[in-house]
Amino acid sequence: MKRVRIKDEALERRMFLERTLFAAGTVAILALLLSGRAFWLQVAQHAHYLELSQSNRARIEPLPANRGVIYDRAGRVIAENTPAYQLELVREEAGDLDVTLARLARFGLLEPDDIGRVRQLVLSRRSFEAVPILLQLDDEEIARYAVHRHELPGVFLETRMARHYPYGTVGAHALGYVGAISEEDLSRIDRERYFGTGVIGKTGVERAYEQELLGVGGYREVLVNAEGRPVNLLDDDAAQLRSRDPQAGRELRLTIDIELQRVAEEAMAGRRGAVVAIDPSSGDVLVFASLPSFDPNGFARGISRSEYVALTDNPDQPLFNRVLRGTYPPGSTIKPLMALAGLEYEVVQPSDTVYCPGHYSLPGSRHRFRDWKREGHGTVDMEGAVMQSCDVYFYRLANTLGIERIHDAMKRIGFGEPTGIDIGGERGGIMPSRQWKKSAFATREQQVWFPGETVIIGIGQGYWTATILQLAKATALLATRGRHFRPRLVRALVDPATGKVEERPPQPLPPVELNYRENWEIIVNAMVAVTSGPRGTALRASRGAAYSIAGKTGTAQVFSVGQTERYNEKEVAERLRDHALFIAFAPADKPALAIAVLVENGGAGSAVAAPIARAVFDAYLVKAPP
Amino acid sequence: MMYGELGASRTRRTVTGAARVLRALRLDGMLLSALVGVTLFGLFVLYSAAGDNTALWFSQLARVGIGFALLIALSLVPDHFLRMLSPAVYVLGLVLLILVAVAGDIGKGAQRWLDLGVVRFQPSEIMKLAVPMMCAWYLYQRPLPPSVRDIAVILIVVILPVALIAEQPDLGTALLVTTAGLIVLVMGGLSPVYLLGGVVIAGAAAPVIWHFLHDYQRQRVLTLLDPQSDALGAGYHIIQSQIAIGSGGVFGKGWTNGSQAQLEFLPERSTDFIFAVIGEELGLLGLFALLAGYLFIVGRGLYMAMQCRDAFARLLAGSIALTFFVYTFVNAGMVMGLLPVVGVPLPLVSYGGTSFVTLMAGFGILMSLHSSRKLVG
Repeated sequence: MKRVRIKDEALERRMFLERTLFAAGTVAILALLLSGRAFWLQVAQHAHYLELSQSNRARIEPLPANRGVIYDRAGRVIAENTPAYQLELVREEAGDLDVTLARLARFGLLEPDDIGRVRQLVLSRRSFEAVPILLQLDDEEIARYAVHRHELPGVFLETRMARHYPYGTVGAHALGYVGAISEEDLSRIDRERYFGTGVIGKTGVERAYEQELLGVGGYREVLVNAEGRPVNLLDDDAAQLRSRDPQAGRELRLTIDIELQRVAEEAMAGRRGAVVAIDPSSGDVLVFASLPSFDPNGFARGISRSEYVALTDNPDQPLFNRVLRGTYPPGSTIKPLMALAGLEYEVVQPSDTVYCPGHYSLPGSRHRFRDWKREGHGTVDMEGAVMQSCDVYFYRLANTLGIERIHDAMKRIGFGEPTGIDIGGERGGIMPSRQWKKSAFATREQQVWFPGETVIIGIGQGYWTATILQLAKATALLATRGRHFRPRLVRALVDPATGKVEERPPQPLPPVELNYRENWEIIVNAMVAVTSGPRGTALRASRGAAYSIAGKTGTAQVFSVGQTERYNEKEVAERLRDHALFIAFAPADKPALAIAVLVENGGAGSAVAAPIARAVFDAYLVKAPP
Repeated sequence: MMYGELGASRTRRTVTGAARVLRALRLDGMLLSALVGVTLFGLFVLYSAAGDNTALWFSQLARVGIGFALLIALSLVPDHFLRMLSPAVYVLGLVLLILVAVAGDIGKGAQRWLDLGVVRFQPSEIMKLAVPMMCAWYLYQRPLPPSVRDIAVILIVVILPVALIAEQPDLGTALLVTTAGLIVLVMGGLSPVYLLGGVVIAGAAAPVIWHFLHDYQRQRVLTLLDPQSDALGAGYHIIQSQIAIGSGGVFGKGWTNGSQAQLEFLPERSTDFIFAVIGEELGLLGLFALLAGYLFIVGRGLYMAMQCRDAFARLLAGSIALTFFVYTFVNAGMVMGLLPVVGVPLPLVSYGGTSFVTLMAGFGILMSLHSSRKLVG
């Protein structure tokens, strides 16, 4: 029988009550579960999650240290940090990156050749990071940016500290420059120290004293949001953020006299070559000129590809450091030293005379070594030979001394090895010997030393090569009669925070002691005769000087002239002309400055190189107090 | 009945003016106070969670106004009216859901919105109330506990809209609508045997359901089991919300000072994950205060349901109160890493479209059902 069910209000009400209690119980259990979970997270695991949230929100932002300022010997600033305007691009705000870069190029704010490189740079950073794309804008560029700003979304003008060289090209090879850190730099530096620094010393003092100039970078923690963007919301928490102030790099005081450097460079204007001036009493390098020069500000600004190519493709090679790395035949400038060697080995007396017919032949040989003066110098003694730069006298002397004794004597003076100046990249040149030839050549026939090779060593030709720095140092050694120093460009370091000065004392090298001290005077007197004697080769350049100069000219052959040919300067291509050289110190009796000058393909040393040294002497000894 | 009238008149003399207004509007003072309290708490938290976006906060404020207006309006509707309207509302909701499936706009990758020209709204929201109304309406006419046939009818009533909603896909709402319907069934006296059987069948059906889930839905379940497996992807929400809550400690980091929330490490901080903002800024105390508020609302709701005069009112009122708790539990459980990430807002607090208004409509109905008892008494 089918049971008919009807609604029973009382039953339903009681059932509902039961179910409600059941539901309330379930709710209570679930609420306890939620509370328990909250308690677990917020009390039991609180420390753990607190740390996680701390590391979420703080990011370390570098505070780059100011690079040490560089002063010249008179306290003039030659490398400083100046606020500069730079263009920065934020990718995520730039819209279409390619369009923006193309516009920058069209407005002359980016070189078309650099678009690819800048694009790469921007894409390698996070999309909200401001990437510097043009450093150190000039007024015109700023104006151009201002005009087109509305067409350049995501491109901003910002200020930051940038390296600036107020003297521009003057002294650039000594000072060097800073540039963007390259892949190659990254492999040799401690990246930690460069956190927040975009540049590094590339050459010269800037590179050699990188560790001192760099300083110690600081940092501060900044609050960031989930996308890594800095925010400034939670003022209360500012105190909890850690920071460290940066320590500026040490200041350098150079030995360079930037105004004297300018005089030397102006005297060399339009020529290729090098000038080095050294204080003989300390080894301080006052002038370190390699020409043509370049503007280091270009590198600090971030040199564009086309600018860089223009520098490297320039046949005059403005980036080549001729002082440090240019090795040249020293030519006749070494004749005083050769004479000194002759005296010391007692193979010649000052009064011994030689007849110069304009050429010299080894006994039993018909090969003629020609004198620069075709008709010859006639009978000359030592002083006359130095004064007139008689080649025959020194051919003969070299042959008498022999290559080994020449090598030993010149080695003591410093030829054939770097001077040890306090910036890197120096070359040592070649001071040849039998031993040297054995190691320098491969085949037995080439390894044999021929007597004729000794002969031309007597006039600073042949295998002998030297740097202008070596010549200047040797000249300083003559000036001090044997005392010499390691040449240096930095004489003191200053801590900008405390003002504490760390003087770097001159570094003396073992002095050259002669068996007969009076031999110094014989040689110096001969060098004075060069500038003041009746037939002195540097007479014209020294005329009217208020002080006496001890000097020696040199004309180094670049191109050999055949036995029967005559050298005609006008007919020889400019690049094959002789190098003009001059070494000198002054005043001769109380030397304050020793100079070496080289003018590449300049022709005769007397006509071209000597006047340059004269200009530097005048500026240093006359116009400024010595 | 004389006694009742006398009692009523005696009461009338002692109540305050405010109570008189509540009575005239057929509102329950205690429940309304709790709702206002939690809503104010929510606005307070939302102000911080919204950050610089004050427009968002004012927009929520406007919704709060609309919600309470709707609550008052619905509380004035007599319960038999609601009962008679139930089938119509249900059918209307179904039609709208089908319309959405056919012509709905694409919003957030899911078809949920129907553009009526003036307003865009989610028909699935209607179903949160229409389904329990329909279920209660049906069971009201049947002797309880429900027979097998009744259970089958209820299941069909529930499954039709849920299938359409899940297809949108909106798993969170589908879950809530299902729950709302099934709660009616359970409160209506569903035999514990069937209840247990249902649980077993659901467990057995899990692999089948798994098969029909979208990839992102599966991912959410997997991520719950091991958030670190995808720390920057699907696990990011769970990890960051737990960091936020855990780092808040007992007292919190202070209002508007939560680094997780303010620095945007916390995703969806003003909507689905606002519970984590409370945990971070107001601490365990803030969470407990909120939970207490919720429990009071649920408890008061259940108490009112028990006082209702017929099965329709009891079942619907009970479902509304309990569904409210399900909301809370699913959202808080998700944010604290107990449940998979499902798009369920924190009731009365989360910023968001129709959720607040629907909840208020539900409580309006609850009050109407409760106050209607006296008319018959």
